[in-house]
Amino acid sequence: MGQPETAPRSATGEMPHAGVFEPWNDPAESPLIRFRNVTKRFGEFTAIDDLTLDIYEREFFALLGPSGCGKTTMMRMLAGFEAPTEGVIELSGQDIAPIPPNKRAVNMMFQSYALFPHLSVWENIAFGLRRDRMPKRDLEARVEEMLRLTRLDQFARRKPHQISGGQRQRVALARSLAKAPKLLLLDEPLGALDKKLRQDTQFELMDIQEKTGTTFVIVTHDQEEAMTVASRVAVMDNGRIIQADTPARIYESPSSVYVADFIGDVNIIQGRATPDGDEAYRVDWAQGQTPLTASSATRFEPGQACHLAIRPEKVTISSDRPADAANAVQGKVHDIAYLGNLSTYHVELPGGVIIKAQTANTRRLSRRSYTWEDTVWLSWTATAGVLLAG
Amino acid sequence: MMRRFLLIATPYAWLLALFLVPFAIVLKISLSDVALARPPYVPQFSWEEGIGAFLSQLDLENFVFLTQDDLYWKAYLSSLRIAVMSTVLTLLVGYPVAYAMARAPQEWRPTLMMLVILPFWTSFLIRVYAWMGILSNEGYLNQFLLGIGAISEPLTILNTQVAVYIGIVYTYLPFMILPIYSALDRLDGSLIEAAEDLGCSRAQAFWLVTIPLSRPGIIAGCFLVFIPVLGEFVIPSLLGGSGTLMIGKVLWEEFFNNRDWPVASAVAVILLLILIVPIILFQRNQQKQAEAEQ
Amino acid sequence: MMRLSWFNTVSLTLGFAFLYIPMIILVIYSFNDSQLVTVWAGFSTRWYGELLQNEAFLNAAWVTLKVAVFSSTIATVLGTMAAYVLVRGGRFMGRTLFSGMIYAPLVMPEVITGLSLLLLFIGIGLDRGVLTIVLAHTTFSMCYVSVVVSSRLITFDKSLEEAALDLGCSQAEAFRLVTLPIIAPAVISGWLLAFTLSLDDLVIASFTAGPSATTLPIKIFSAVRLGVSPEINALSTLMIAIVTVGVITASLVSKRAMVRQQRDEQEAARAQ
Repeated sequence: MGQPETAPRSATGEMPHAGVFEPWNDPAESPLIRFRNVTKRFGEFTAIDDLTLDIYEREFFALLGPSGCGKTTMMRMLAGFEAPTEGVIELSGQDIAPIPPNKRAVNMMFQSYALFPHLSVWENIAFGLRRDRMPKRDLEARVEEMLRLTRLDQFARRKPHQISGGQRQRVALARSLAKAPKLLLLDEPLGALDKKLRQDTQFELMDIQEKTGTTFVIVTHDQEEAMTVASRVAVMDNGRIIQADTPARIYESPSSVYVADFIGDVNIIQGRATPDGDEAYRVDWAQGQTPLTASSATRFEPGQACHLAIRPEKVTISSDRPADAANAVQGKVHDIAYLGNLSTYHVELPGGVIIKAQTANTRRLSRRSYTWEDTVWLSWTATAGVLLAG
Repeated sequence: MMRRFLLIATPYAWLLALFLVPFAIVLKISLSDVALARPPYVPQFSWEEGIGAFLSQLDLENFVFLTQDDLYWKAYLSSLRIAVMSTVLTLLVGYPVAYAMARAPQEWRPTLMMLVILPFWTSFLIRVYAWMGILSNEGYLNQFLLGIGAISEPLTILNTQVAVYIGIVYTYLPFMILPIYSALDRLDGSLIEAAEDLGCSRAQAFWLVTIPLSRPGIIAGCFLVFIPVLGEFVIPSLLGGSGTLMIGKVLWEEFFNNRDWPVASAVAVILLLILIVPIILFQRNQQKQAEAEQ
Repeated sequence: MMRLSWFNTVSLTLGFAFLYIPMIILVIYSFNDSQLVTVWAGFSTRWYGELLQNEAFLNAAWVTLKVAVFSSTIATVLGTMAAYVLVRGGRFMGRTLFSGMIYAPLVMPEVITGLSLLLLFIGIGLDRGVLTIVLAHTTFSMCYVSVVVSSRLITFDKSLEEAALDLGCSQAEAFRLVTLPIIAPAVISGWLLAFTLSLDDLVIASFTAGPSATTLPIKIFSAVRLGVSPEINALSTLMIAIVTVGVITASLVSKRAMVRQQRDEQEAARAQ
């Protein structure tokens, strides 16, 4: 795993400025969906725990978390298959609790696709439009438009079992988009596809989302997928949202150890923080070792337990101590993982902590500089790590 | 909401009226006395006398009668014996067939399945009837055996218990084969290979792996034969002659020939009580299997 | 491909010989010219001719057919409803009793079911005839239908119904447009099962039939009690023939559908 392969479409900046899609930073925008203190319990089990969240129009919003974290329940509440036990869910400012699923301007793409096996691709796409009693001409035009959008023109007459998995996925998408919903819910939309096809389809999804301007809410357990497609990602655990932010901020400035650990690879060094100037801290992490320096906007009390989270690609490995590094530690190469484009070195520090350092293999057939049991130096800048509360 | 109510209430009401209420009536009549009346039992319930007076006239006299006349408990015992014996016989005949089906080449199996199911769709009565012509004194079996000189006198088979066993094994064989076959069909062939790889002989592998893994199928098959055979009426009355005593036949005769409704009802109540244990065991076996599959 | 061992070949041969020889003999001797059933006296179809002249048999056959059509149709509706309630109905009062009443008739001895229904009909003063047989047959065959349909419903992907609701269907529309077409094969086989059970039933019909309505099995039973008769052989042969043709056709149709589906799926997978 590693960084998302493409830069997210939204910038990481804190300030809203023209041309960048960041409605969540614009106080004038009102959200399309609003969860207000929503709790959902199934008997004793609390699936969603006092959750508050805003999702804006035209967003591609990802709910990311391990299975059982409540992401699917949130989606099913939006679709109308579950009702919140407490709290209110609003769609364009209206409480949706009393509206049954068949009357909501919300459509869903199911994990299993739920294509009707007895109907052709064409009829599957037309199914929702027929329920709205759309005139025949308009209906045909709309179905054709959807077929073109999803490049399914040649398969219109086929039954779902006569097309491939990737095509089925596109039929499911076309069917749920046909009614031009305000909000489209996608439940693990790419889960059934193999890795190669999944990557191609991710871009297709983004493309279609942009073309139609529909608000997408996607549920996934695949962090790479969430980072690739979404404008914002909500990392969930145990029915709560731990952090909801742009992919870049989630990756670069995780708000907790859980998020840092869940997204991508990370080194965590435990220690005690001591303020050392403006937003700068000294981290004592092991007896007899030089303290590390880190910066953080959050305040830490002197001596407060903390975790320093550093991404492996931000750690530089060298045989000599770099002269100007803010942080430098010495250790022994414990393991080397060669991944083709990257190599990851697992370096054991005195005291047993293992730190991973990643280097890009930019040259073919380059001599491997370090080998097992070599003593090496690891270094990183003062802003490379994120200081998190313990 | 109304729709949901109707959806539940319609089949529910039907079953209450035509399944549960009739049982209550059977139970009630089994506690009544026979009488020369229409209908031929007392007391009749009437609102004027009230429920108390009505209940006070009910008694267990018919059940006492069942224990006194040895015809009845002999019939129960004989039914049980025939049911147990024929279940074992059906298993002995059915298991090898099911086993061979599961070992047959893949492309034969649907055809073999259909051949097992086909008799199941054919009239039960006709299948029993077919044996009357075979087993009678001048029947095809005796003709054949006399013809090849195996016997010099025709064998008396029809109207004996032997004929009943043959009839039961014949008609209930598909019920035994199908569950065992479906258990064996699911059995992973590499399990047998693993057992042999670990030092089992063919026979040991069969005994230690195949049999235990097909046990749910065996149990299901045995119950599917045992339960209906216990109350069987057609086979003993067509093949068993007057010498075969089975409780289904006794109930029938008590009702149609003796017109003793209270005793017939009491016979039914006892039969049901006997059946409750195997029925519950059967349901539990099915449930366990369903859970194991999930 | 594995080959059948000697032992398995013998078991299969003997097993299927045992299942089929009695019926084959029955069929052969239905073409026997002799009045004496067990003595072969040359080929003839005279018993089929006499059968078609036999008014009593024809009437009974007509009653049986009527009863079977009505009872299996009502049973299919009720049984499908019951299956839907059992699998999708959620909790309601008396659910345990309901599922008990669905499964109990499957294992209930026919003599008890017949007796209890007869006592009910007498109790409420209902004249015995076609109606009472239809009621009785519907009651036990709806349970078979509901078992067949509910086993299909259990494996039914619930998200298909949810997708229908999501696309704007009401509950009833979702059932009619999505659920029913997909479970249709199970509903049809439930109907066929109910139909055959009704055609086949002797015991329950004997209890619930009155003098005004006699079914074919009752007629056959009373004839057979007196011994083997060539006419019954001919009748049996006709019934066996109908069932055989029906079952073989049904299995060929479903096999062909399965083969086609498999081929389509393989092609779709290759095309990917």
